[in-house]
Amino acid sequence: MAEAVDYKAIGTSPVRPDGVDKVTGRAQYGADLNLPGQIYGKVLRSPHAHARILKIDTSRALALPGVYGVITGQDFPEAEGGEIGGEGGGDVSDLAKNIMARDKVLYHGHAVAAVAAKSLSVAQAALDAISVEYEVLAPVLDLESAMAPGATLIDPSCFTKNLPEKPTAPSNIAAVMKLGRGNVEEGFAQADVIVEGEYRIPMAHQGYIEPHACIASCNEQGQATVWCCTQGHFEFRAMTAKVLRMHIADLKFIASEIGGGFGGKTVIYLEPLAVMLSRKSRRPVKMAMTREEVFRATGPTSGTLARIRVGARKDGTLTAATAWLAYEAGAYAGAPMGPGAMTVFAPYILPNFAVEAFDVLLNKPKVAAYRAPGAPQSMYAMECAMDELAERLGMDPIDLRLKNAAEEGTQAPYGPKFPAIGLKACLNAAKAHPNYTRPLPAGAGRGMAVGFWFNVGMQSSAEVHINEDGTVTIVEGSPDIGGSRASMALMASETLGIPYERIKVIIGDTESAGFSNVTGGSRTTFATGMAVIRACEDIIAQCKSRAASTWGIDADQVDWRDGAAIPAPGVNAALKPLALADIAAGAPKTGGPLLGRASLNAQGAGAGFSVNLADIRVDPETGKVDVLSFTAIQDAGKAIHPAYVEGQMQGGAVQGLGWALNEEYIYDANGVMQNAGFLDYRMPVASDLPMIDTVIVEVPNPTHPYGVRGVGETPIVAPLATAANAVSRATGVRMRDLPLSPPRVLEALEAAGR
Amino acid sequence: MTGFAYHAPTSVAETLALLGDHARAGRRAQVLAGGTDVLVQLRGVDRTPRALVDIKGLAEVNRLHVGADHVFIGAAIPSAHLNENAELARLYPGLMEAADLIGSTQIQGRASVGGNLCNASPAGDTIPALIAVGARCVIATASGTRELPVEAFVTGVGRNALVSGELLLGLSLPRPGAATADAYLRFTPRTEMDIAVAGCGVSVTLDAGGVCTAARVGIGAVAPTALLVEAAAAALVGTRLDEAALNAAGAACSSAASPITDKRGTADYRRKVVGVLCRRAVGIARDRVLAHRA
Amino acid sequence: MDKIQIGTSINGEAVEFLCEPQQSLLEVLRDTLGRTGTKEGCSTGDCGACSVLMDGRLVCACLVLAAEAGGHEITTIEGLATDAGLHPIQQKFLEHAALQCGICTPGLIVATKALLDRHPDPDETTIRYWLAGNLCRCTGYDKIIRAVQDAARSLAHPA
Repeated sequence: MAEAVDYKAIGTSPVRPDGVDKVTGRAQYGADLNLPGQIYGKVLRSPHAHARILKIDTSRALALPGVYGVITGQDFPEAEGGEIGGEGGGDVSDLAKNIMARDKVLYHGHAVAAVAAKSLSVAQAALDAISVEYEVLAPVLDLESAMAPGATLIDPSCFTKNLPEKPTAPSNIAAVMKLGRGNVEEGFAQADVIVEGEYRIPMAHQGYIEPHACIASCNEQGQATVWCCTQGHFEFRAMTAKVLRMHIADLKFIASEIGGGFGGKTVIYLEPLAVMLSRKSRRPVKMAMTREEVFRATGPTSGTLARIRVGARKDGTLTAATAWLAYEAGAYAGAPMGPGAMTVFAPYILPNFAVEAFDVLLNKPKVAAYRAPGAPQSMYAMECAMDELAERLGMDPIDLRLKNAAEEGTQAPYGPKFPAIGLKACLNAAKAHPNYTRPLPAGAGRGMAVGFWFNVGMQSSAEVHINEDGTVTIVEGSPDIGGSRASMALMASETLGIPYERIKVIIGDTESAGFSNVTGGSRTTFATGMAVIRACEDIIAQCKSRAASTWGIDADQVDWRDGAAIPAPGVNAALKPLALADIAAGAPKTGGPLLGRASLNAQGAGAGFSVNLADIRVDPETGKVDVLSFTAIQDAGKAIHPAYVEGQMQGGAVQGLGWALNEEYIYDANGVMQNAGFLDYRMPVASDLPMIDTVIVEVPNPTHPYGVRGVGETPIVAPLATAANAVSRATGVRMRDLPLSPPRVLEALEAAGR
Repeated sequence: MTGFAYHAPTSVAETLALLGDHARAGRRAQVLAGGTDVLVQLRGVDRTPRALVDIKGLAEVNRLHVGADHVFIGAAIPSAHLNENAELARLYPGLMEAADLIGSTQIQGRASVGGNLCNASPAGDTIPALIAVGARCVIATASGTRELPVEAFVTGVGRNALVSGELLLGLSLPRPGAATADAYLRFTPRTEMDIAVAGCGVSVTLDAGGVCTAARVGIGAVAPTALLVEAAAAALVGTRLDEAALNAAGAACSSAASPITDKRGTADYRRKVVGVLCRRAVGIARDRVLAHRA
Repeated sequence: MDKIQIGTSINGEAVEFLCEPQQSLLEVLRDTLGRTGTKEGCSTGDCGACSVLMDGRLVCACLVLAAEAGGHEITTIEGLATDAGLHPIQQKFLEHAALQCGICTPGLIVATKALLDRHPDPDETTIRYWLAGNLCRCTGYDKIIRAVQDAARSLAHPA
């Protein structure tokens, strides 16, 4: 473990640099920009979950006064194949077809046409005037039917990938994945206790409050500027270029402020439509989804069916485990089965295990990333099984985890050996926490579970501009969803040795910042932070050399301390320190403007573990679940801005609780989502919750200069099982299907005779 | 061009004339009070053009009067105004609980009891509570006014007893004595911002010995319209509202229910929960009367 | 087109605008008047992002017709700060890190103002129920509740 370091800026929680604009309404989000002469785009969506498009007649729409353009799938270039890359993943031609259906619609809400008109009401009238003939096909709406032999095929050209032998018949199973180690049969033979169960986790939405929105403005040369809310404007630019077969350099993307994403704004929906409509109308085209469109047509996360089997000796030592995991991909391949498979057993030392995972097509919207994609589902199942195992063994559930906990040197199920990790530290913090040791409130149950996410590095760039007065402007390319400007400024402040308040952080557009991958994968503070630190170090090196030339000494005779160049020990002590502001003022005479840069592909994102605790009470007559207290404990490596780290933990906890207790996509038999609005897609409201207690554990990540681990995604993983385990312990009945909504809980209690 | 129009009449006569003109001309007109249902429908399920007749400028529908025998609540008074009225909170704690459950603080700033009633959702929170307190609808007609008990006002899902050219002015409630109290409970998965999966309003009157001498029970969200459950009331009258009586009343509510299964709950679940709510609500109302006496 | 002329007051300033009869106050604030501080999250009154005050009463601008605003006083997020600086509620939201993405923040701050205008010393439960109509997906509400509690203290005892 790295030694404790006294930092000046890091570890404090100052007001974020973009804060004032966000509390006064000045900050501009996706739908807040208006351009002179803009018109409005709207999308016509399929009323069927599965149908062939026979004919689209747009003539009546085009004839309406004030309609400037209509597009359908026919207007798009033939999409090229190939991987999209980034966190969303998937295939380019699938992405193109998801944005606008070609010959088939694959889910209710699938886009079939788009219009641009002088006002929203005219655009709506134009949509009403488009007639589409469909041949309605039977929808495939659940995993078992989709995977069954002879199932209706979503895509008859889909052959299962990664099978040992090339399949001869198409299937709705787009891909399988297997992971394993040791000998599972032998492992189970050594077990004194084996638990097994089947778990169902519903499709759920990220639920960001800001609907997708953009404005595109295309010139007569075909060059376009797009202003949109996105987690990654560089990747949006690349995806749009691929779908429209444009040169990347002909597209400029400007990221607005973003009103939440959680993975859901890592893929494009409206942007290419707006570009095409702008090209047709030669006017700026503004498009924004309604809330209903967000639910019906953007990527939620996979509903999942998970089967877990775990064996242990009497002393709690795990001997073997298997997992069978089927993930709903929606209309196109690309469910997060890979990360689901790789995380399911990650917290534990397991000599023998086997995981089989499936990416399954069905007539629902194509899933998108949602905070630790795939992990909440698989780890929910495993962490419930561990709780059951603890009960069967008569062990404290934390002790059972401690007995088997992965630590530095443990080979992770997905391959590499863990470097320093904080799982045991989190478990010990949980065990000692007053919320774990205090008496249980009357009628309540106490649950706990472990969470894990790999975290990623990927590519980031940063530029550090030293202004003439020594203030600092940092330009980077990672949209700030939760306060990352503050983290960047803190790391720059620490590195440069100047006050936080003198640093301004800008999210540059695709033409003014170096390339950066999405804000996702819990990578921004880690990877973009590393780029900022390296760019600051570049500046320090330059400043030392400017000071050296001013002083007439060698650069290696100059040190940097507290924001100033000073002579190194033993060098002429009479030289007065040259502060950053002095060097900036003298820059014209010492070589010109000071500009530091770094771009990197960050490696070594430290894995993030968490432990959650909850006390929960269940109304035995209505099945209603009340969360009395909730505690989130997580290894942040080093918390750069502790208040925003806590915020990630609290927000993830509540998203996880929502998914555990009430959130789900509810479909009718025709594949129409029944609850496409905030009234019936029940995300937690303030009065549903207690305060969310937090403990930040800090086991520094050895590969980051300040020890940072990503913190954004891990928090959503453990709450699902934490809640379910608490409900089980409160009622004495184990319920494996989520959400634990009142009707389902009451039914389970009655079935168990409670 | 859009076919929409907005009118803000200032008198009942003007409103009735406007509604009558539209009816005769075959043009659609819709009364607008708080608008929290109308505006949502306008943007979603029902986008057809119409004239919106905003009645908030009428004195009568904003009138609140607490008389010796009756209380009049104007149809367009936002529920937040009602909730801030200490006298109403004392006289009808159950009805005020129901009004306080309609949507969020923001919704309550606009939504009215009259609108909740006219919208005629099976799940409207104030409807069972109004039934429980014996409220009557006061309706302006071309020839004067007429009255209808609340349980007869709602005739189906989204349908009410108003005929073309009529306007709901408000609700007339019998003023309860000290021996009477009401209560309303609903069940929702979330604590707020939710639509009732089941709801139950009750009003009970106890004699000096604690025996129930009168009761009314209304249930909501478990049938196409909110229902007055006379069998539940009968199970309570003559008892000391002990556990057996409460169970019998709850069972009567469950058997009066004819719920559906939808995104908000299963039929079976609703039937059970409405019985639980009845038992609990009667207990609360009983305790309120007893607390008055203590 | 059958547009209506409406005269109203927004943040203390007389404002006139033309609107279609079915347009919401939210559409007019954002699209016609360029006051985009009031956010749109659902347009069905379920998220509270468009919270504004109408004659001091908290409402969702998406559930008020623009035509209904005639003769009333509207207060939006843009009207809270003064020459003296941020409103104490805005300051406390910043200090408590009570926003992450910030899209719900204007609505929550306006709702908090309505709360503290009526209940200067609310307990946690009162705050949570009052704000139940304002969805926040980032914070889990914890820091928001703390910011409101601190804002109440700060308004009761100005420094």
